[in-house]
Amino acid sequence: MEFAELIKTPRADNAVLHGPRCPAVRGTLCLTGHHLIFSSRRKEGGEELWLLHANIDCVEKRFVGSLGTIVIKCKDLRIIQLDIPGMEECLNIASSIEALSTLDSITLMYPFFYRPMFEVVEDGWRSYLPEQEFELLSSVTDEWRLSCANKDFSVCPTYPPVVIIPKCIDDEALRKVAVFRYGGRFPVLSYYHKKNGMVMMRSSQPLTGTNGRRCKEDEKLINATLRPGKRGYIIDTRSLNVAQQARAKGGGFEQEVYYPQWRRIHKCIERFNILQESLIKLVEACNDQSHNMDRWLSKLEASNWLTHIKEILTAACLAAQCIDREGASVLVHGSDGTDSTLQVTSLAQIILDPRCRTIRGFEALVVREWLQAGHPFQLRCAQSAYSNTKQKWEAPVFLLFLDCVWQILRQFPCSFEFNEQFLIMLFEHAYASQFGTFLGNNENERSKLKLTQKTMSLWSWVNRSEELARFKNPLFEANSLVIWPSVAPQSLQLWEGVFLRWNRPSKFLDEAQEEVLNIINYNRELQAKVNALRRQLAELETDDRMQENLCGTTPTFCHILIGFPKRQCPINCHFQFASVLLPAEGQRN
Amino acid sequence: MEHITTPKVENVKLLDRYANRKTANGTLYLTATHLIYVDASSEVRKETWILHHHIASVEKLPLTTAGCPLLIHCKNFHVAHFVIGQERDCHEVYTSLLKLSQPVKPEELYAFSYNPKMSKDNREIGWKLIDLKVDYQRMGIPNDYWEITDVNKDYEVCNTYPPEIVVPRAANKATVIGSSRFRSRGRIPVLSYLYKENNAAICRCSQPLSGFSARCLEDEQMLQAIREANPGCAFMYVVDTRPKLNAMANRAAGKGYENEDNYDNIRFKFIGIENIHVMRNSLQKLLEVCETKSPSMSDFLTGLENSGWLRHIKAVMDAGVFLAKAVKDENASVLVHCSDGWDRTAQVCSLASLLLDPFYRTFKGFMVLIEKEWIAMGHKFSHRCGHLDGDPKEVSPVFTQFIECVWQLMQQFPCAFEFNERFLLEIHDHVYSCQFGNFLGTCHKEREDLKIFEKTHSLWPFLLQKKQELRNPLYKGFTAYKELQPNTLPFSFQFWCGMYNRFDKGMHPKQCVLDHLLSCMSQKMKLEDNASELENKLPFLDGPLPSEACSLSKVGSAASKTPLLNTPQDYEGEAPPVLTNGISVGNIDVMADVDQKNKENLSNHQDLPDLNATNVLDSEAKEGEPQCH
Repeated sequence: MEFAELIKTPRADNAVLHGPRCPAVRGTLCLTGHHLIFSSRRKEGGEELWLLHANIDCVEKRFVGSLGTIVIKCKDLRIIQLDIPGMEECLNIASSIEALSTLDSITLMYPFFYRPMFEVVEDGWRSYLPEQEFELLSSVTDEWRLSCANKDFSVCPTYPPVVIIPKCIDDEALRKVAVFRYGGRFPVLSYYHKKNGMVMMRSSQPLTGTNGRRCKEDEKLINATLRPGKRGYIIDTRSLNVAQQARAKGGGFEQEVYYPQWRRIHKCIERFNILQESLIKLVEACNDQSHNMDRWLSKLEASNWLTHIKEILTAACLAAQCIDREGASVLVHGSDGTDSTLQVTSLAQIILDPRCRTIRGFEALVVREWLQAGHPFQLRCAQSAYSNTKQKWEAPVFLLFLDCVWQILRQFPCSFEFNEQFLIMLFEHAYASQFGTFLGNNENERSKLKLTQKTMSLWSWVNRSEELARFKNPLFEANSLVIWPSVAPQSLQLWEGVFLRWNRPSKFLDEAQEEVLNIINYNRELQAKVNALRRQLAELETDDRMQENLCGTTPTFCHILIGFPKRQCPINCHFQFASVLLPAEGQRN
Repeated sequence: MEHITTPKVENVKLLDRYANRKTANGTLYLTATHLIYVDASSEVRKETWILHHHIASVEKLPLTTAGCPLLIHCKNFHVAHFVIGQERDCHEVYTSLLKLSQPVKPEELYAFSYNPKMSKDNREIGWKLIDLKVDYQRMGIPNDYWEITDVNKDYEVCNTYPPEIVVPRAANKATVIGSSRFRSRGRIPVLSYLYKENNAAICRCSQPLSGFSARCLEDEQMLQAIREANPGCAFMYVVDTRPKLNAMANRAAGKGYENEDNYDNIRFKFIGIENIHVMRNSLQKLLEVCETKSPSMSDFLTGLENSGWLRHIKAVMDAGVFLAKAVKDENASVLVHCSDGWDRTAQVCSLASLLLDPFYRTFKGFMVLIEKEWIAMGHKFSHRCGHLDGDPKEVSPVFTQFIECVWQLMQQFPCAFEFNERFLLEIHDHVYSCQFGNFLGTCHKEREDLKIFEKTHSLWPFLLQKKQELRNPLYKGFTAYKELQPNTLPFSFQFWCGMYNRFDKGMHPKQCVLDHLLSCMSQKMKLEDNASELENKLPFLDGPLPSEACSLSKVGSAASKTPLLNTPQDYEGEAPPVLTNGISVGNIDVMADVDQKNKENLSNHQDLPDLNATNVLDSEAKEGEPQCH
């Protein structure tokens, strides 16, 4: 197999590993087709590091005499350093790692080779199907239908085969709308607000061009979501300037004359390389070990990361506000409808819909609003913060979304079924994973890759009770309300769990989490105990009454009593029971 | 009250500076101790109480069409923006508040009139709650090396030190007196904390009067005695917490710092913490940032950086960490001073003690720490907090910085403190409230002269009464952590929204983990009682079933439900309002609830059980509205 050709030196003894937050260890380094494995020689507590090549963002080599050092920077932002004796070995290993971490064929990726060591109880590939979503929807409204017009991906290559659209639009009209929207991304249902029947749709920009083209079917489609006499809002995630400039390239925005019932709001959210640069700057600032407060704050500011967080959250809150408070339907789009659009629609749902704040609901949201909606994960997550190669398609769009969710979680710590670890796990798997879930850029590509047959779904693994236990928020109490986060700068924080994860010890914070869990669990156990005791008392009472009614069934009665603790003499108690329960009986009748 | 000319003004608006669409309309009352605003526009009675002593500044802004704006900044970072209809009313309220908030004579301070209807005995017991001698005993003092001396009983050595101080046994009276003549304001080196494990000590003093070349044999002997009280280490550190330039400038005035050549085996070190004026300006800048209306993220972070506030907090923390490390890791004693040894020295010594000794992270221990390092050693609370009309240049947030350092530590070590953030905020409130005697005056002698032990109450017993709500549910106990070694990289320091934007509730997390866990704790106690009660009933069953079966579950769920103070804010930013109809109004009950809490924070006498609950409003309740005396 071709991996063997890439591995020039499969093994190096006497290597030294310097990981973040742990002392250096000496051991053996091995390279396999998909992993870098380091095992220390010490038998007891033998530390092993398994690093997926796909997780490696960049490799740097340094030499001092014949001792080579390889610095490996990972997509999960960890940095490790390997000292390898022998210049040739070191060079060989470095170039092998480089080659293995930049395989250009998806089918060579680990998910295609991974065999799970756990029993698959539920196939995650079938956990969140659009048909099921539609079933939920049709229990509350009949104004929508499932269209299979895109079953061979011919109408829109980046949409899933089935989508939800207004009932009054037939597939023929849909095809016309698709031609009018960039990349064929016609408006589809993103969210239905049960409370007032308002909806959120998403699409890409309309192709109005410089001469103001219109499409009656497009107008009809989105107008179908309006109540008589009501207006709707179009949230354009570009600035007005950018939207106007897009016309020169054939794009554009909905013009008031053709969409008189819609009010357009421009909420600028940055995209592509601006976001990627922001991530690179932020991570650079977080890795700066200098003790200079001013430098840290100015670097944090200059990264603009928190500015992007604020912009995205603000747009999402605005969309949610239009729907919930204004009772208006909303259409969200930017230019392509695959990035900022999805950030806004998915965050708005977290604000509005309690279901999205549960583990399963959140997974469904990720599947629906990101995977099926055609967010190009393969392109966006190809590289992370350390990559030197400038490619213009990388962008931490999904990471920003997760960060925004974390911000809301921090403000509503009791309203989410999942915890921070769950979000961090999704971040890791979006960038490098043994599962096929985040491979490919859209459903079209995924079906060509036959991922459902050839790889394992992330959800098959996550949704097992063993794993779920790690991701549950002990403070969770179902909250059916809409949750409005604050977007004031004072309310937004750096997501330490991701960005400072490898730079500061987490022992004391972990202990605090454990303590929270202990407190909650202890109370639950106590409650269970009190309930059990109550039941026992109640049983005693009814048993005693039965005993009174069916005089002479003493043996059965005694038999039941034996199970109780602290019981000394059934006969004696029998006597007590009869005497004390009499007034109670009297009260009841 | 002679200062109050207009006790009641109607039609006063209170602007919400966080969400400007929520403007309240109501009545403003001035009482002897508080400004009270009663919101009439909401259905539920909603009150805002502001203690006169908490008012830092009152400003009359230019007249607007709505009326005459009156902007009040409080020392606990509450900002109230009133708009009063009549210019005349506004001016009268303004002049009244100016006088009420800046008493001239100490006797006018709230503590001297505050009467919680407590017996004389209880009050005296209250003052004896904290006994510093007990803390010295805890450290093993007196011992072979250290003694408690009453050499200062008549304040002859140093009038800003307490009568009893701890000095090395080897330093005789002549040494002490001699050294005091060589130290600014006679503040000789005394023990602050003794680390029992290795006999290393933290001592504190003021700067030496060394000028360019002066020396003093007794002072040199004093330092030698301190060093020799720790036989395990051949040297000692002398830490000057000022920036080197400042210390050098002091030499020209006949003050300065220790010359390493004159003292045996000392290691001299500067740790640059800025002076009170820099700190005051820094806080001012920080507050301007906090008050900016809808700032961008960039504005906020740039403002935070330019204020320098977190840089100063880090400097104090770094110094505390240096001391703790010297004592624990190097077994070395440390002598700390700044200029007078009552600001930076107090910050650094108390922080180091907190890092080294888990006792100071308990309720009682923290009270001891404040009494010992701040109150007894003469931190000039009265001047630094501006209790009385005085020199504004003497005001500085030195104690606030210490409190913030403790909070920063709590963020890194969530299970290491017995108390929670609210305890810190309560203390901070009362440092300024002048409701209790502890923080009045500038030093022990002055407090004796003011007769605060006879005429006022001590804060600590009142705080202990509220222990249930001030405790940290995550506290793992005294033995869980010994010394703390905090990370002091810049990213370890956070902006403390709960302090500087404390009254902007909209910015805080809408569900409070602390509240949730505290209710879990009280639920736990109830459940435990329930369980043991039921267990007792089972074998004997000596009565009918209690009918509380359902009431318990109700208690459980009600207690753990956190109220959702939650309405969308202005997400549109500076753009003109798009959402014209259906302007959202928050849940009124919840709003009232929160305001009630504010009020309680402001005037904690409100919720002390056996105290005169509303000593301001007691007589006036008759007519249903407050009046003035």
